[in-house]
Amino acid sequence: MIAAVQKFSKRFDPAVVTAFGCIILLLLVGSIYSRNFLSPEYLLQQLKVASFLGVIATGMMFVILVGQIDLSLPWVVTVGAMMSSALASYGTAGAIFAIPFGIFCGVLIGLLNGFGVAYLRIPSMIITLATNAVAQGLMVVYTGGFSPQDSASPAMRYIATGSIIPSVPNALICWIIIGSITVFVLTRTTFGRSVYAIGNRERAAYLSGLNTRRIVMLVFAISGGAAAFGGVLLAGYASKAAQSMGDAYLLPAIAAVVLGGTSILGGRGSYLGTVAGVLLITLLQSILSVMQMPEFGRQIVYGIVIVLMLLLYGREKRLR
Amino acid sequence: MKDWRFWFTEQRGTLMAVAIFVVMFIIYTSNHPAGFSVNVVQTAANKGVLLAFVAMAQALVVITSGIDLSVGMIFTLTNCLASILVTGTPLQVTFGVIAVLLAGAICGAINGAIVIFGRLQPIVATIATGAVYFGLALALRPTPGGTVDETLADALTGKLFGFLPASLVTLLAVILVVWVPFRRSVAGRAAYAVGSSEPAAYMSGMPIKRAKMLAYTISGLLSAIGGLFLTFFTYTGEAAYASGNAYTLFSIAAVVLGGVSLFGGRGSAIGAVFGALAFRTIGDLLFVFDFDPLWQPLFQGVVLLLAVSISAFGLLRVRNRLEWFG
Amino acid sequence: MPLLRLEGVSKRYGGVRALEQAGLDIWPGRIHAILGENGAGKSTLIKVISGVVAPDEGTMVLDGNEVSFASPAAANAAGIVCIFQELSLIPELSVADNIIISNPPRRFGLIDRKKMRALAEAALAQAGAEDIHPLSLVKDLPLSRRQMVEIAKALARKPRLLILDEATSALTASDVEKIFAVLKRLRGEGLALLYISHRMHEIAELADECTVFRNGRKISTYKAGTMSDDAVVELMIGREYKNVFPDKNAVDRAQQPALDVRSLSWTDRLDNLSFTVRPGEIVGLGGLDGQGQRDLLLALFGVLRGCGGEIVVNGKPRRIDSPQTAKSKNIGMALIPEDRKTEGLMLPMTVRENLSLASMPRISNMGVINRSAEQGMLDKMIELLAIKTASPDIPVGALSGGNQQKVVIAKWLMNEPRIILLNDPTRGIDVGTKQEIYRLLHRLAAQGAAIVFYSTDYDELIGCCNRVLVMYDGKIIRELAHDEITEHALIASALNLETREAAQ
Repeated sequence: MIAAVQKFSKRFDPAVVTAFGCIILLLLVGSIYSRNFLSPEYLLQQLKVASFLGVIATGMMFVILVGQIDLSLPWVVTVGAMMSSALASYGTAGAIFAIPFGIFCGVLIGLLNGFGVAYLRIPSMIITLATNAVAQGLMVVYTGGFSPQDSASPAMRYIATGSIIPSVPNALICWIIIGSITVFVLTRTTFGRSVYAIGNRERAAYLSGLNTRRIVMLVFAISGGAAAFGGVLLAGYASKAAQSMGDAYLLPAIAAVVLGGTSILGGRGSYLGTVAGVLLITLLQSILSVMQMPEFGRQIVYGIVIVLMLLLYGREKRLR
Repeated sequence: MKDWRFWFTEQRGTLMAVAIFVVMFIIYTSNHPAGFSVNVVQTAANKGVLLAFVAMAQALVVITSGIDLSVGMIFTLTNCLASILVTGTPLQVTFGVIAVLLAGAICGAINGAIVIFGRLQPIVATIATGAVYFGLALALRPTPGGTVDETLADALTGKLFGFLPASLVTLLAVILVVWVPFRRSVAGRAAYAVGSSEPAAYMSGMPIKRAKMLAYTISGLLSAIGGLFLTFFTYTGEAAYASGNAYTLFSIAAVVLGGVSLFGGRGSAIGAVFGALAFRTIGDLLFVFDFDPLWQPLFQGVVLLLAVSISAFGLLRVRNRLEWFG
Repeated sequence: MPLLRLEGVSKRYGGVRALEQAGLDIWPGRIHAILGENGAGKSTLIKVISGVVAPDEGTMVLDGNEVSFASPAAANAAGIVCIFQELSLIPELSVADNIIISNPPRRFGLIDRKKMRALAEAALAQAGAEDIHPLSLVKDLPLSRRQMVEIAKALARKPRLLILDEATSALTASDVEKIFAVLKRLRGEGLALLYISHRMHEIAELADECTVFRNGRKISTYKAGTMSDDAVVELMIGREYKNVFPDKNAVDRAQQPALDVRSLSWTDRLDNLSFTVRPGEIVGLGGLDGQGQRDLLLALFGVLRGCGGEIVVNGKPRRIDSPQTAKSKNIGMALIPEDRKTEGLMLPMTVRENLSLASMPRISNMGVINRSAEQGMLDKMIELLAIKTASPDIPVGALSGGNQQKVVIAKWLMNEPRIILLNDPTRGIDVGTKQEIYRLLHRLAAQGAAIVFYSTDYDELIGCCNRVLVMYDGKIIRELAHDEITEHALIASALNLETREAAQ
């Protein structure tokens, strides 16, 4: 019996199992509060909302896997939203390139971050903080201090709110596509192996002949692009961008990745865990809203749940 | 002769921060219409001191090679708490102040306990506790409001002897009474040791847990002093998420500008103070040069980016590429 | 009555028995040497005595009273002080802070810096290291000075039992002399000393009695000088010991050199080095520790910046600016690094992932890993090196030290290198695996690889190498070829004796 449990836990990361267990628990709790909670419509709605966080958290996962952090997420999301909307207002020619342009802006910022971290050896925490401030500054100048006026393009609105497959939200399909690519890259490509190796021990990866600097820079570019795409989706969902729209996604993105079993120190974690973490956080926020808990209660519960879950499986080793 | 050279090298980061601040401030006052006058200095001091306290709080945790993403929220929470408690009779006011400071210390201690005994990474633990502290702040002050004892507030934000900003004097007093004794104590030295090399500190039998706990608790206390001062300036308590968040992130910038290494073991809270003052002055420079306030966030961001890139020049001296990796 | 007596001490880590019913008697005023292979339990024994780990069973009796230490601090309080192999100094603190690290003198509850500095200076003087300034930061000191600080720190605690775990490995010869003088004086004053070392001549000079450990058990205790070196080694490995080195290859000197180093320099650590290595040749780097041997290997592999001189590979001068360039097909170099745990392997990752790490272009198409190609190469390597692992998908950290080193070597062999650099590859490896590695090197050389081999073990240099370049202060001061390579010649040239004698 014990051997069977051991074998089971070797195959399945205990963190991921716990996360999915909590998801089921939350679903049950939610259904107590509202009969609609387990209805397909409501669950699909949850999945749609989760997709926005899911896309953004995917980029963050790459960065955390190499042992770094990307605090420029808030304003890169906003940049993605604003720049794509901006180009969309340039007429039909603009509308075609709106989405790629938004993502491109995010990738640029990511490359700047990556260059600073990988080539200038600046701690990621501080340089992404600085680029976040710069991105904010640029957007403030662009909008003249007012809230953004540009509207999202029809394409943006379609991928965020439409359904190419009836009743399946497009945003969810976007997340599934991005997620599948991510799983493939992380498990089946040399790039993915390198990411884990660098996160584990960059020194040894370097001495094994990997171009660690270029890979780290690319990882930040991915994070920037994913965050910007998340912004594009959010702009499509709300039909326009908004100031500080990205602020609400930084901590949930980090929490989702970590709750999914990815070590904040890097080198360890699976995408399935991140998916679980995203679903967990989305469900948690949604239950708190169904319970009609006031904002202050939500924050408190949110924080306590994260600490409790991490205490279950996120602990470091003893020194002795 | 040789002795002071060692001290100099060790304090290099702090001295650099002082230099940057002095330069910024001179540029600021020489271009300000009112010049180097008492009021200019006082306004600058009052704004800078708030960030200075939060930066000191962050520095204490960073020295132990941790990071505290909840400092801004403890700042906000204590602000809201003060707007409720620090009012009434002198006795009530005194208890109010003590209670607010105690609350901050307890928040810090909770952070410390989760990191030390829960063995969670500080970055994620403090993200979570930050949310809890903000929630509590919101519970206390759903809408901005409250009052604070105005005599006390004016006294501590006004001028002493007609020219000395009381806030600066308080900052100095806090440094002398809180930071310096900590720095020179066994626990303080152990905090540096933990940040430098925790395994070595353990093997040497240093009081690691006590050092970390003290660092986090004092950090909470310092954030609380900041929150208290905010209440004195604004006469209200407000659970503003954006503001708290900004203070957290700016405290990290201030700490880096102040020469404290994010890897731990090196730097001083005094450097963080000057880093904070320099950071605030940078923002003010724009007003002085009549720049459109619209450009201030961008300017601040670019200056921060340049400042942190300066450390890259050290790379030119690296001869063994393995030094890139820790 | 012995000062310290251990009985029946056992310690297990997971399934590995580090110590099994170990016993030991330590007497005051005597120096007791502990010998054994790596993995024999010496380090664990030391950790138990000095309070770093708690034993699973067994007793420790100090001065007739049973004791158990909850932490290193508790052991220190009882007068037991250990100088570890991995230094326990805090890099960002000063020498004075490090020496008086526990229980510093206090004034009004705060540390009294003046008094602390005076105590530190006294301890440094006692250790014969007056040249070290107490205010300098440890991170700014070279390794040999740091070890002296460690020793001063231990002496400052006024120990009754001092334990040295390979504590002289980085010291210069004159430092070692000074330390021995200090230790002998302290022995006369009643200090008990426990000394772990692999250096037989040091043990011969210092020890009063010796104990051999094997597989976690005490095998034998004997008075120093009463057993021959060969007999001792037999006790350590548990079977008849014969120097089994494969016969050396003949090298075709007419061939173009695979590696031709011309006037290589780097900062002040490498000075105008020139040598060649032909295909099929094994060239050793000898000399005392820290004379630039490791830096030479790093320079060849592209890790060091600002190197002067030229490196010519297969007749073509090459600029090697990174390990990625060094391992490329044009150059074909491989480096087996110094510390497999931090530089050679990712311990939590699987054997498979570690093995393919340096040769990913070979097992992938356009970045996508070709699973069957990878499996094929994996199987070949595991068989070729006889790597003992339950499956290729378990974490490499679960393997024994010898097998881990084999994974490091296999990782590079998957890339079919033509020039193989090895940085002390058999350190901390059991004798059986060492033999396998020697046979492997011999076979690789026979297949045409050019091998540069740094080792701190004279027997290896004598047994494996066609030529040995002895380095001193970043220069090659002597080249020994074939029969010239003897222990005497190696030691003499390492200490630069011949040059000194000639100068006199």
